[in-house]
Amino acid sequence: MGKVHMRVYRGNSEGGQLKDYNVQAEEGMVVLDVIHKIQATQSSDLACRWNCKAGKCGSCSAEINGKPRLMCMTRMNEFKEDEIITVMPMKTFPIMKDLATDVSFNYEINKRIPPFTPVEGADWHWEQEDVDRVQEFRKCIECFLCQDTCHVLRDHDKMAKFAGPRFFVRIASLEMHPIDALDRTALLKNEHGIGLCNITKCCTEVCPESIHITDNAIIPLKERVVDKYYDPLRILWNKVFGK
Amino acid sequence: MSDNYQSFEYDVLVIGAGGAGLRAAIEASAAGCKTGLVCKSLLGKAHTVMAEGGIAAALATVDSRDSWQQHFVDSMIGGNLGNHWRMAQIHAQQSPDRVRELEKWGAVFDRTNDGKGNINVRHFGGHTYKRLAHVGDRTGLELIRTLQDKGVHSGIEVHMECTIYSLMKDGDRIAGAYGYFRETGRPVLFKAKSIVISTGGIGKLYFINSNSWECAGDGFGLSYLAGAELADMEYIQFHPTGMVWPPSVRGLLITEGVRGEGGVLKNNQGERFMFKYIPAKYQGKYAETEAEADAWFKKVVIDGVKEETVKERKPPELMSRDVVARALWNEIKEGRGTEHGGVYLDIASHRSAEDIKKKLPSMYHQFKQLADVDITKVPMETGPTCHYMMGGVKVDPETQMSNVPGLFAAGECAAGMHGSNRLGGNSLSDLVVFGKLAGEHAAIYAKKLRDFPKIDESKLAGLNKEMNQPFENQGGEVSYKILADLQHIMEKGAGMFREEPTMDQCLKDLEGLKERVKKVTAEGNRMFNPGWHVALDLRNMLAVGEAIVRAAKERKESRGGHTRTDFTGYSKDFAKKRVVVRQKGDKMEVVREDLPQIPKELEAELINAHMLKPEVLKQLRGEA
Repeated sequence: MGKVHMRVYRGNSEGGQLKDYNVQAEEGMVVLDVIHKIQATQSSDLACRWNCKAGKCGSCSAEINGKPRLMCMTRMNEFKEDEIITVMPMKTFPIMKDLATDVSFNYEINKRIPPFTPVEGADWHWEQEDVDRVQEFRKCIECFLCQDTCHVLRDHDKMAKFAGPRFFVRIASLEMHPIDALDRTALLKNEHGIGLCNITKCCTEVCPESIHITDNAIIPLKERVVDKYYDPLRILWNKVFGK
Repeated sequence: MSDNYQSFEYDVLVIGAGGAGLRAAIEASAAGCKTGLVCKSLLGKAHTVMAEGGIAAALATVDSRDSWQQHFVDSMIGGNLGNHWRMAQIHAQQSPDRVRELEKWGAVFDRTNDGKGNINVRHFGGHTYKRLAHVGDRTGLELIRTLQDKGVHSGIEVHMECTIYSLMKDGDRIAGAYGYFRETGRPVLFKAKSIVISTGGIGKLYFINSNSWECAGDGFGLSYLAGAELADMEYIQFHPTGMVWPPSVRGLLITEGVRGEGGVLKNNQGERFMFKYIPAKYQGKYAETEAEADAWFKKVVIDGVKEETVKERKPPELMSRDVVARALWNEIKEGRGTEHGGVYLDIASHRSAEDIKKKLPSMYHQFKQLADVDITKVPMETGPTCHYMMGGVKVDPETQMSNVPGLFAAGECAAGMHGSNRLGGNSLSDLVVFGKLAGEHAAIYAKKLRDFPKIDESKLAGLNKEMNQPFENQGGEVSYKILADLQHIMEKGAGMFREEPTMDQCLKDLEGLKERVKKVTAEGNRMFNPGWHVALDLRNMLAVGEAIVRAAKERKESRGGHTRTDFTGYSKDFAKKRVVVRQKGDKMEVVREDLPQIPKELEAELINAHMLKPEVLKQLRGEA
């Protein structure tokens, strides 16, 4: 097999540039293998995150030829033989070094979501079909690629007002749990800014777990917000009865 | 680099944020202790996430015959009686409560389809009854996310991407930990009254492994260097089903759930070979013909018939991992392997494409995306891969404390629970059962201390200098080269099959590596520098490697995850012993200790209930 030509971002919070690497290809390689080979043979200080190398932990998120993807699940044979493959860190988050970004924003948002709270005296029995949807949301591996691609965060920097698709999925998993007692609708509307999402479905497209983020999580949550705050009949009812 | 370190102070410090660490931290915090949690990766990425098949607990939701006693017996027989019986008992008794607790904290397990809506459980190797609560084939993710979300609302302070380089002591007792933040390279000191080590395994010491970079034996090395005793280090689990092709995924795990859902093992002659390899301890418990195994599978797995009413026995593919791995190896060695040096794991001929995608979604994707193989149509190729360390820090079963006062261990880095071989599904339950106990007792210990242990901070500059050494070294090798050599040395000298001369050679080779590590060179600076991180990890890895080989040399018999070609079979001289290693001066000392035995009354009770067979006990004790 021939060589592959990679262009990898090297830099830190103060700036950086793309650096070219030529690496001997091996059968079955994924982009992360090439990065590891660069570390082992050319630049041992090249920073990147990874753990499971099997698409299960969501650590090795990057932008490969402009697309937000997991490096461990991107096969080299997807690319043409003489194609230059460019690997950039996720653009939405501040760069720490090379391919590693500061994703602490996501951990801060998660802390502000009220946790699972079962109804008192709950009966802990339910059918599989009652939790199929919740389990879809719980497949999320927190790779944050949806956050990276979402233009509300990526282009408009609305970190302060918008939680992002990952956390709508998280909230949906709680709201749709058969015995969760809380109502997080006000939080969604006010603090987490779900109204800012204009359902372009970019998040769904990049999800490596194929979670139907927009259709199954965001739209139903938006409907709940609308039902509660913008239903004309409800507004009228509330006015008449003074609620 | 300056010696200017950050400093934190906790009642309880937990090192490692996989299932055991998170569970320990939640418990310590709930007990009112100020709790810190340190992890090398981002929170929620620990190797626990890779666990697929399920969490073992005698919930008896599907088979009412199940009980803690049967779970206990299965774990002891699976571990070939090398287990500390009391840990296996605590584990079997407490795991159902820990599973139900996870559900109360938000975990969403798969449900039974009998109209009762209970937690569903599945079959796994070595478990007599269906026993593994699961979420498809991503149970580990469910466990870690549940604990993570519980943990962030429990007042725990989390320090992500931080590596501990050394434990600190005040006299004999634990006093804290010193390390560095991976992002900045800045040193950090954690003062703590007690410490829980929950750093996972050692897979990265072997070339073919199923582990992430994090599994570099940190907890074993740190504890050993701090004076803790390590036990059972010769027992390493080589999981029978790792991927073998393409090379970039070699070792990556194929869940045992594939066999639980009907996958069968075949050699290149198309022969379903496991029937040839049923050991005496499992005689009478597994099907002896293909027809019998298929009939069991159709009734129990496909048609959902109650197993107690089925006369056929389950397929031998569902025996414990040590047995299956050795069988695979033998087939390959005798020339009946596949093109890429494995055997076939075939589920396509036993399940519909729809079922496979529903029951094993991540396996389907893993093969499709990484190997261009559609497992609903063709068999997988599979071979043994280094998966799990049964040995570790020797702990008190009731409290999880080591011989170093204030130092606790839980999860994969603690010894005793699994004996010489762990059953699938017993790892996740181990994490939450013993994670809880460790957190609880670390908190009790911390509360009892009247004074905060003192740390001699003048030592820190020396440690920082040590950490900085790879940048000072000129003309040495990069860490990755030494790591690769270490992996090959361990694979060759202390892999699945061991013998005296190759282990002696392995020890010599490890000595050679020690010299090379002294000169290891890192380029660049301390900012997020993986080459430097690996350079520092090598110290623990070499200590762990030596402990494995020395323990393996000491045990002159074959048992579970320790197979010697020069001492085959169980020996009565070793059956009731455990091998312990500890530091003595600069040397590693190896001693044989008595392994506590199941109390006679309990043994008699289990024999009376037909759970334990006296002839199996005799055989495993080398008396038959």
